[in-house]
Amino acid sequence: MKIIVLVEEKLAKIFLWASVLITIGSLLAIMIHILGQGLAVVSWDFLTGSSEDMGRRGGIFPSIVTTLYLIGVSLAFAAPVGVLSAVFLTEYASKKRIIGAIKFATETLAGIPSIIFGLFGFAFLVIFMGFSWSILSGGITVALMILPTIIRTTEEAIKTVPKIYREGSLALGATKWQTICRIVLPTALPGIFTGIILSIGRVVGETAAILLTAGNSLNIPTSVMDPGRSLSIHLYLLAFEGVSLRMAYGTATVLILLILVINMAANILMNKMASKTSM
Amino acid sequence: MQSRLHERVAEKILFLSAATAVFVVLLICFFIFYEGFPFIKENGAGNFLFGNIWSPDDGVFGILPMIVGSLYVTAGALVLGVPLGVGCAIFLVEIAPKRVTRILRPAIELLAGIPSVVYGFYGLAVLVPLIMNIWGGKGFSVLAASIILAIMILPTIVSISEDSIRAVPAEYKKGSLALGATHWQTIKKVVLPTSRSGILAAIVLGMGRALGETMAVILVAGNVAVVPRSILDPVRTLTANIAIEMGYAGGNHYQALFATGIVLFLITVILNSFLLLVPQKLGDE
Repeated sequence: MKIIVLVEEKLAKIFLWASVLITIGSLLAIMIHILGQGLAVVSWDFLTGSSEDMGRRGGIFPSIVTTLYLIGVSLAFAAPVGVLSAVFLTEYASKKRIIGAIKFATETLAGIPSIIFGLFGFAFLVIFMGFSWSILSGGITVALMILPTIIRTTEEAIKTVPKIYREGSLALGATKWQTICRIVLPTALPGIFTGIILSIGRVVGETAAILLTAGNSLNIPTSVMDPGRSLSIHLYLLAFEGVSLRMAYGTATVLILLILVINMAANILMNKMASKTSM
Repeated sequence: MQSRLHERVAEKILFLSAATAVFVVLLICFFIFYEGFPFIKENGAGNFLFGNIWSPDDGVFGILPMIVGSLYVTAGALVLGVPLGVGCAIFLVEIAPKRVTRILRPAIELLAGIPSVVYGFYGLAVLVPLIMNIWGGKGFSVLAASIILAIMILPTIVSISEDSIRAVPAEYKKGSLALGATHWQTIKKVVLPTSRSGILAAIVLGMGRALGETMAVILVAGNVAVVPRSILDPVRTLTANIAIEMGYAGGNHYQALFATGIVLFLITVILNSFLLLVPQKLGDE
């Protein structure tokens, strides 16, 4: 009896260790493989050169520009709407049913597969609104996808602002809105930025929704009405159509490095938020 | 007086922003159904859902292979991903020293941040040839898709299970240990049962992520619209069906893809409603 218990204890510990090692091992395997093959491809010319011969040669500059455009358009829409929604939910909303409906919609939005957003963006923005395949169509589509992230992280950040801050401001005669603008939001700012940075990561990585809405032109877009090919779409087409493995590794490396930087920035801000509101 | 007006306007703007999410969900519903529903009505839901053949050139649209395909790869991802993810979560809470946690947490966040297309590319470049060399076949398979999806849902499962395991009161554990139970017995008999609703939520969310994943699956699954006979056969999911054919679809075909979207949408909404049924906090049960 006792031996069985001891054996089970040992086996369980082995299983727990194994699951962690496999998880970390997968991450390392992916990173090492892609960076190992791709870092040699990434050079100044690769980053600033235009794509030639369907991406077989040249660089990824058009895709970098398109990705930046998409980040800009999606944040221009989702950041204000998301932050204001969160303020409403945490500071203003009192009716349970309204909060419930908004929360449910946000959760649903977060759970809808990206390809459905793509279908919607195609039917509504590309065709119905007549934006055609463009940065604008792609950007708005992705904005809807990152909205839940921004709402949720902003809500969390606002909730960590100590009550005393608000009471102090209100006691000095400030109105509710003044208190929110001058006290609550500035204190929650690092947390809000964390949400925005994580959303940028999502925009950078999004593929399925953009595939159906932003097109895949290899020209450098000059306005939001131009089509473009983001980094992730570029990688997808290079890999799926077997255009160039070498260029695919280079593009994947750039994507991973971007995500690394984004995650580090988010972590630094998160720590800042923690120190700002700890009393 | 003026400041009161400010307050009113501010509140209205805030409300409108918050209502955007609701409005967008309704708009998405409307457009997907508007484009896809007439097709289902015309062709019959039975023919569409249970039709075994998908052949747009012949005007035959049955999505059973894709429904089965989505279920297979999702089930495969859960079989591989859930034990690993819950194991990691237990490790993080019960065993890992603080210093290890400090390394593990960012690693898991990074795993969550890597774009799906990069996972797919890795699968295509490494996993598919590996499977081909070991078991034969083309390598593009249910197995490849399941493995890649399992890695992709790990962060979701780890972080949500971890939260719920961490929420188990220390007294429960101390009580169990004081009665002479070993550490593992305590985990198995006290910690896991107490946190089961959180773990269930983690599994449901992971399932949603696996079902909805598109790019990673397209790159490794082979995308043949036939019900796979073994885990080494190629497979096409609902998501892949839409993404691959949307670029050149017209007429009936176009509508059939939106109808595929309706099916996918309904499955995810049903899955999400399960989350509402799962008791959120400890002691709710």
